[in-house]
Amino acid sequence: MIDHLLSASDLDRETATLVLDTAGEMAAVSGREVKKLPTLRGRTVVNLFYEDSTRTRISFEAAAKRLSADVINFAAKGSSVSKGESLKDTALTLQAMGADAVVIRHSASGAAHRLSGWIDGSVVNAGDGTHEHPTQALLDAYTMRSRLGRLEGLRVALVGDVLHSRVARSNVWLLNTLGAEVTLVAPPTLLPVGVENWPVQVSYDLDAVLPKLDVVMMLRVQRERMSASFFPSVREYSRRYGLDVVRMGLLPEHAIVMHPGPMIRGMEISPEVADSARSTIVEQVANGVSVRMAVLYLMLGGIA
Amino acid sequence: MTAVERTGAPPPDKTILDADAMARTLDRIAHQILEKTEGGADTVLLGIPTRGAPLARRLGDRIRTFADLAMPVGTLDITLYRDDLRLRGVRALEHTDLPAGGIDDQRVILVDDVLFSGRTVRAALDALKDLGRPSSVQLAVLVDRGHRQLPIRADYVGKNIPTSMAESVHVRLSEVDGADAVILTPGGAR
Repeated sequence: MIDHLLSASDLDRETATLVLDTAGEMAAVSGREVKKLPTLRGRTVVNLFYEDSTRTRISFEAAAKRLSADVINFAAKGSSVSKGESLKDTALTLQAMGADAVVIRHSASGAAHRLSGWIDGSVVNAGDGTHEHPTQALLDAYTMRSRLGRLEGLRVALVGDVLHSRVARSNVWLLNTLGAEVTLVAPPTLLPVGVENWPVQVSYDLDAVLPKLDVVMMLRVQRERMSASFFPSVREYSRRYGLDVVRMGLLPEHAIVMHPGPMIRGMEISPEVADSARSTIVEQVANGVSVRMAVLYLMLGGIA
Repeated sequence: MTAVERTGAPPPDKTILDADAMARTLDRIAHQILEKTEGGADTVLLGIPTRGAPLARRLGDRIRTFADLAMPVGTLDITLYRDDLRLRGVRALEHTDLPAGGIDDQRVILVDDVLFSGRTVRAALDALKDLGRPSSVQLAVLVDRGHRQLPIRADYVGKNIPTSMAESVHVRLSEVDGADAVILTPGGAR
């Protein structure tokens, strides 16, 4: 049904809705005493992680194991990659080992796309550079839909470091496909070139946007990807684009607060907001497993 | 009425059960369930989607009418337990919805429209095992068309229809298809 999942823009509305509906059924499995299905018995899923990401790796691992797939975790650190092996050679090794699906996280944008051309199995992009992270967007959409009941017409703001955020990029494409209205809120230095061609509105003023929102998604400030200064100081960033209790008070009653994690408490989001009933941060983690189960099932369940 | 043509030119579609006959058949199965379960205590009806689910609800309605007994009714999606996913391709999942009391120590009656190879029932037994521990499991089907590939037998059968592999049996229900009927068509194995 799906060959690869490289970009959120690969998903049309019908397919994206199928993934979300399937994730809903998978979520029921997570609530059972026996959290295991025999569906992918005998299939092998390789987690190929060139960048550290315990959260995403564990989420994919849990998803694959709940569907009874065999999981091989491959961390680049301490592997032949540090001896100089190329991505292509690693891919060919995985191919020879009979990987049915490869979940790849890489610091280079486009790595997942290249990998999909080298191996027969399915490729899931679990984050490539500053490009995309489609399963995160799917789990965010799933979380919004389960909290607010719909996606069509929802007003969503993505706040913060849009420039370095693959989460933001994937969310923009997916939410647009599913009929939500997206506003990007960020300092001008943290908006990507060409953002005027994206299907979004742009604002530099968080306070003005908040009262009209259904969802506010705070993005992580990716200091590790910043080679220059993009804003004067953490304090100033926090004052203009951080979400604290006072600012949360500007949101409508029903609005929810999201964060893809890992969050920097006190900078992007204050601890009181992160732990409030409006915050879906812990829910997003649980939903991540269900969504990844759905993706793996739809990719691997059928004809190999 | 029940004779099946097996040779010669393909016969036209044949209606095996019309709406009235289906209603009588379900009446009979409901009575048989009450009889065999000695009043229907500690018994749960689980329909297998798509058409097993409305059939289970109809049986539940009849049992409420006949015996003034609210037998719990649920649905059991077996898609993730099928052994032919790799051959046929993935399909969208249906909903599994167990009654509030669960199925532990209950007599579970699986309800489906057609019993054919038995593989669906095998998958259902696997699914049940992951959901709880029923005291026993029985099977009710509207139509048994034969050609079993597994040692599985139904406890309640609406109609036995001897078929050839080339024929197919279509169960139509008003909830799904707009009208009630069981139709035998030549060609195109189910």
